[in-house]
Amino acid sequence: MNKQDWKILLVDDEHEFITTLAERLELRGINTRVVFDGESALLAVAEDEPQVMILDVLMPGIKGLEVLERVKRTNPNVQVLLLTGHGSTRDGIEGMRLGAFDYMMKPLNIDTLIEKMESAIDYAGKAAKLGQ
Amino acid sequence: MSRLASLLKHPLRELQSEVDEVVSPGRYTLLRRKIICIMVAASLIPLSVMAVLNYYEHQNAMAREIQNPLRVLVNKTKNSFELFLAERTSTVSLIASAYTHAELADQNKLARIFAVMQKEFEGFVDLGLIDADGNQINYVGPYSLKGKNYAEQRWFQEVRLKGKYVSDVFMGFRKFPHVIIAVQHTTEDGRTWILRATLDTRQFERIIASMSLEPDADAFLVNTEGLLQTNSNNYGKVLEKMALPLPPQTFEPTVLLTTDPKGREIFLSYAYFPEADFVLMAVKPKASVLKTWYTVRGDLLFVFLLGVAAVLLAAMGVTNALIRRMKEAEDRRELALREVEHSQKLSSIGRLAAGVAHEVNNPLAIINEKTGLMKDILTMQQTDFPKKEKLLAQVESVLRAVERCRGITHRMLGFARRMDVTSEELDLGELIAETASFLANEAMHRKVEVRLDIDPELPRIVSDRSQLQQVFLNLFNNALAAVADGGRIEAIARPKDDGVVVTVRDNGCGMSEETLNHIFEPFFTTKKGTGTGLGLSITYGIVKRLGGEIAVESTQGVGSTLTITLPKGQREALA
Repeated sequence: MNKQDWKILLVDDEHEFITTLAERLELRGINTRVVFDGESALLAVAEDEPQVMILDVLMPGIKGLEVLERVKRTNPNVQVLLLTGHGSTRDGIEGMRLGAFDYMMKPLNIDTLIEKMESAIDYAGKAAKLGQ
Repeated sequence: MSRLASLLKHPLRELQSEVDEVVSPGRYTLLRRKIICIMVAASLIPLSVMAVLNYYEHQNAMAREIQNPLRVLVNKTKNSFELFLAERTSTVSLIASAYTHAELADQNKLARIFAVMQKEFEGFVDLGLIDADGNQINYVGPYSLKGKNYAEQRWFQEVRLKGKYVSDVFMGFRKFPHVIIAVQHTTEDGRTWILRATLDTRQFERIIASMSLEPDADAFLVNTEGLLQTNSNNYGKVLEKMALPLPPQTFEPTVLLTTDPKGREIFLSYAYFPEADFVLMAVKPKASVLKTWYTVRGDLLFVFLLGVAAVLLAAMGVTNALIRRMKEAEDRRELALREVEHSQKLSSIGRLAAGVAHEVNNPLAIINEKTGLMKDILTMQQTDFPKKEKLLAQVESVLRAVERCRGITHRMLGFARRMDVTSEELDLGELIAETASFLANEAMHRKVEVRLDIDPELPRIVSDRSQLQQVFLNLFNNALAAVADGGRIEAIARPKDDGVVVTVRDNGCGMSEETLNHIFEPFFTTKKGTGTGLGLSITYGIVKRLGGEIAVESTQGVGSTLTITLPKGQREALA
């Protein structure tokens, strides 16, 4: 699948960070949709199911892990990459247990992020095939 | 970061100063001195008081012991003298009254009576009959005294007055010391005569000799005017003035301690005669009398000094043992305090580090993205303008700085993580080899020889694999940073008691003593600008949590050796 066809949802309350990230991904030919809180993320998923959701763990309102849990319940095919700003691996491990595809720590390396998104999309594709 | 460290150090400094105060060597010296003083005082004061009391008691007892026999001896001798004089006075008195004047005036009869007297009683020299006018009517003896008139002589007047008279010793014309005994007799018809006998005072010397005195002792008779009546060894010859002052009058035998003209201390025992003008005196030098006492006193002093020495030795011994015990206890306490201090430091730093890292990570992520975007624009879009390359270089530099910050915050978070220790049985040798392999590329590149010496008999241990990996990674990283290109690092693992001991040795730059003292403190680093100062602190914390010990030895310019001891099984770790 071409990168242009990827459907990526970015969720983080840090506007500056997430919009810049979106812009950089766009420069690499990846289209994204950006939302800034958990409620909007859940709405966005319901409206237009993304293949990969980049989700910050620590947000005001609905927390990242809760968003993950609810998304996995409603849309299990959405692959979630968790972002954490602090070093608690517990959040990462808990996220993995709840069905996250992987987790990354801020600041990000964009190439690593793209590699992980690619793996997640591959995995989603294979999982969908197995599901059929 | 330095502000953070100084903030953290503040309460710890107080703890440190408390520890230093508790264990300062000066305090022990003072304490030791105080305890010894108290113990010595508590023992020596009663001992000394006892010794002094004993000394005086003993001395008094000895003095009494010495004085009593002296008193008894003088009394006995005085009695002998009195008996001697009384016997002779009675004899003369008896003769004076038993015979008539005619009989006594008869030369032959008086000679016969005198012969009997001489035979029965020693000491009579002559015997004479004197009438009331003082004329010697009859005389028996070695001299020719018949017809001599005594009316003017003192003794005659006294015998006329008192009826009885015993003279002092005197020479007279006889030229030897003698004593006169005179008795007056008056018949019923009023006729008066006086019988007078002379006694040789050699008898006195004999009585004194019977006292059996020691050679340095002295005994003699004096009259109440202080004239010697018998010879004295030390205080003059007969009829000379005695060299001692007369003691106060008493008829009871008395002992005085006084000093004689030669400056000797003497015991003077004496008694006045009630019936005659005599004083019997016996003198014993104190030095010879108290010879026994001096020996006893020497023994007492020796025992006392022995006691003092024993007390001093015991006090010092006990105090030293006590102080040693206290010091050991203090050392253990200090160690425990330091452990607590270290773990408190780690946990408070951990909490702060997590907060700081989180707060820093978000803005860092923004900088990273923004700068990343700048780089993207410069490299991915066909823009060209002067100094583009220079701007790109600046952007790259910012990104590298962000990467460094990222490393630091991640390590800080790693430090902050108090991961639960998970246990599994593992082969430590394998783990060390695997960890060393992470550094193989850099070591090869820098031609650093990494030598592993793992004992094949090394027991498997139960511990936390990932934490141990971090420990050895830290140690190898440090060693690699310390050695020059072409240097050597070796890791030696050996079984020890119920565990394993691993030594990581390098021949690098080594550390100064100052560095060694702070090596396990968080934020202490010698890698200025590149190190977080958390590596060895984390290592220390992990090893402690795993129930192990870590020690470091280093010589500047020679290299460093870090030794880690790990238990075979999981032990209750330090909180």
